Amino acid sequence: MFEADSLAVIFVSLMGFSLLLYAILDGYDLGVGILLPLKQKDDSDTMIASIGPFWDANETWLVLAIGLLLIAFPAAHSHIFKELYLPTAVLLISLVLRGVAFDFRAKAAFSHKPTWNKVFKVGSLLAAMSQGYMLGMYVMGFEETLAAYTFSLLSAFGVAAAYAYIGACWLIMKTEGALQVQAVNWAKKTGLICFVGVIAVSAVNPLINPDVYAKWFAWPTTLYILPLPVLCFALFVYSQIQLKQLPAMDDKGCWRPFVAAVVIFALCFFGLAFSFFPYIVPGKLTIWESAAAPESLSFILWGAIVVVPVIISYTIFSYRVFWGKVQELRYH
Amino acid sequence: MFETLMLSRMQFAANISFHILFPTITIALSWFLFYFKLRFVQTGEPVWMRAYRFWVKIFAITFAIGVVTGITMSFQFGTNWPKFMETVGNIAGPLLGYEVLTAFFLEAGFLGIMLFGMNRVSARVHTLATLIVAIGTTLSAFWILALNSWMQTPQGHEMRDGVAFPVDWLAIIFNPSFPYRLSHMVVASGLTAAFLIAGISAYRLLKGDDKKAPKLTLKIALTVAMVLAPLQIFIGDMHGLNTLEHQPQKIAAMEGVWHTEKGAPLLLFAIPDEQNKTNHFELAIPKMASFILTHDLEGEIKGLNEFEGNHPPVAPLFFAFRIMVGVGMLMLIISWLSRIQLWRNKPLPTWLLKVLVAMSFSGWLATLAGWYVTEIGRQPWLVTGILTVKDAATDIAPGNVALSLSLYLILYVVLMTAYLHTIFTMANRAVEIEEITDDEKVKPVVHSTPIKESNYV
Repeated sequence: MFEADSLAVIFVSLMGFSLLLYAILDGYDLGVGILLPLKQKDDSDTMIASIGPFWDANETWLVLAIGLLLIAFPAAHSHIFKELYLPTAVLLISLVLRGVAFDFRAKAAFSHKPTWNKVFKVGSLLAAMSQGYMLGMYVMGFEETLAAYTFSLLSAFGVAAAYAYIGACWLIMKTEGALQVQAVNWAKKTGLICFVGVIAVSAVNPLINPDVYAKWFAWPTTLYILPLPVLCFALFVYSQIQLKQLPAMDDKGCWRPFVAAVVIFALCFFGLAFSFFPYIVPGKLTIWESAAAPESLSFILWGAIVVVPVIISYTIFSYRVFWGKVQELRYH
Repeated sequence: MFETLMLSRMQFAANISFHILFPTITIALSWFLFYFKLRFVQTGEPVWMRAYRFWVKIFAITFAIGVVTGITMSFQFGTNWPKFMETVGNIAGPLLGYEVLTAFFLEAGFLGIMLFGMNRVSARVHTLATLIVAIGTTLSAFWILALNSWMQTPQGHEMRDGVAFPVDWLAIIFNPSFPYRLSHMVVASGLTAAFLIAGISAYRLLKGDDKKAPKLTLKIALTVAMVLAPLQIFIGDMHGLNTLEHQPQKIAAMEGVWHTEKGAPLLLFAIPDEQNKTNHFELAIPKMASFILTHDLEGEIKGLNEFEGNHPPVAPLFFAFRIMVGVGMLMLIISWLSRIQLWRNKPLPTWLLKVLVAMSFSGWLATLAGWYVTEIGRQPWLVTGILTVKDAATDIAPGNVALSLSLYLILYVVLMTAYLHTIFTMANRAVEIEEITDDEKVKPVVHSTPIKESNYV
């Protein structure tokens, strides 16, 4: 059996892990959707083919993350999503629309394809923006002030840019030719927006949350945590330098911007997690106050210990199977 | 408060009703696909691959709608029914968690390989991926029905300060109504998929499709339907007896029995009158209800009078039950009629093909009606004896729920139109494809270049 206190920490880590994986994985496929050009038909086919085998599984990480919140911290789940009721509805409807558009665009009457492409693009954008808005409201402690709404709206654009950025990096890795050149340009632009967004959130977060300020600027913690923003900054610079050199001969290093983006995502996530831990609802509810019964958490933890490594291994297997460049598409 | 409650109920009903349509198809369709793929591997006959390729497209689109409409559910519990998780979250949480961990990931993880990976992995791995997806869909039915059944017939827990704590997980999972509900639902899925395959194949034949594949799939689907239809009636009867034992008020409402009586008649039709506690326009077979439920012509059936203020509304249960049984009987008749005709090596007459097309989605009707019986039949409880629906409701402003509900309803109308339209578009397109050439017979796996989307487009 596990201690109740450590169970709460284990489960919040598991939840954080799924949420981070979700942001990275569905992040790139939502990003590809956001970047989808409506004019160049061939490009849009190739782009969508690059995420085809993965998007279902990517979204399952969201179900796991939200599921873990529901299972392990039920009080926090209902508090957070009651506050975010309407943005959640927008998120869900957008995810439904883009998910079905993915299949309908290829299978419905060919004359409807441009419409479904639009639905896919707009659905992806709205899903990303509603997630950004929800993140903004969360950071602002669900305040109903003009400042909070403004910040959340900016955060909505920030997250959309971040997803477009990782999506562009994914495309650099998975495509070639003119589309790859285009993807490099996308990555440069969205990378810069992303960079500004990260700085803005890092500045606003400690300024409006005294607890967060106290945490980051307490000696000697600042020293330990300093590598995090420094590394993040360095990676943005590294990524821009890499992008200047791409596409290179023999496609050397086409994977570097994507890996850099993944690490940036992880660092930002750890930054946020560090800011709020042990609160699960900022300033209101800690993980220990909202944790479910230890007997239930132990029961599910044993399963998770066995199953999660299996999930990770077949996820890796699936990525190995579809390794390399997307091929040109041909329709029968 | 009441307004939010009613709107939340409508929203939950709309979400779950729309969502369940798609898993109902995919749970069993995945096994059909595994069978097609297996037969192709065994025989090398291209017709099996044709059948696989056509139905895997329909599977993909159905599965996608199932996944995305299912995500909605994981948010609903917290937003609209906060007391549900607060009261029974210690039981419901792990069951939902195991569904995500063991089923959702399994399905979604191998779906990519199943749909797009045919030329990227060996034939064996691809067949295995198809099998794993089928196992995943069935496992998800296992966990979610364990939870649903526990809400109907809870056991294996203890209440401390109004919160349920798990005591015996095996007792919780294998609660009294679980085996019946699970088998009833899995067989319902089999019938739904069988009638969908039969209906679309019949549609292609009617459109003049003279290829082998639709004839083959029609035959297989009818064989399955012919076996499952009587089996389902048998399981349904057992499920009914189990309900009589654990939730007698549900049976009383289904049968429209207002007052406890011996030798109760089986009502084929009636209009239940909740106010005057009686039925109008009864059309009945004397003593049959008692006979079916107690296996004794003079057996006693408890009436609604014994559950004053603690029983579900009568009319919806009464009608939904008759719709379910009616569709089931029709499925039995049509599947036997058509399959015997094929047995005698005669093509199906046009009218029978048309009936099959009309029944393409009859499984949806029966499944939904059945779920309405069991879910409305649990009212006023959300979890029998532990939590009422009223007490579980949220305090969100009714305007917000009304807005989200309207958005969902519009979305569902659009999706359903597009889904049905797409399926028939795909069937029409399949009609025009050439019959398998000799060239294909030599090399069963055709494409030499590793292509993704075109594999299933």
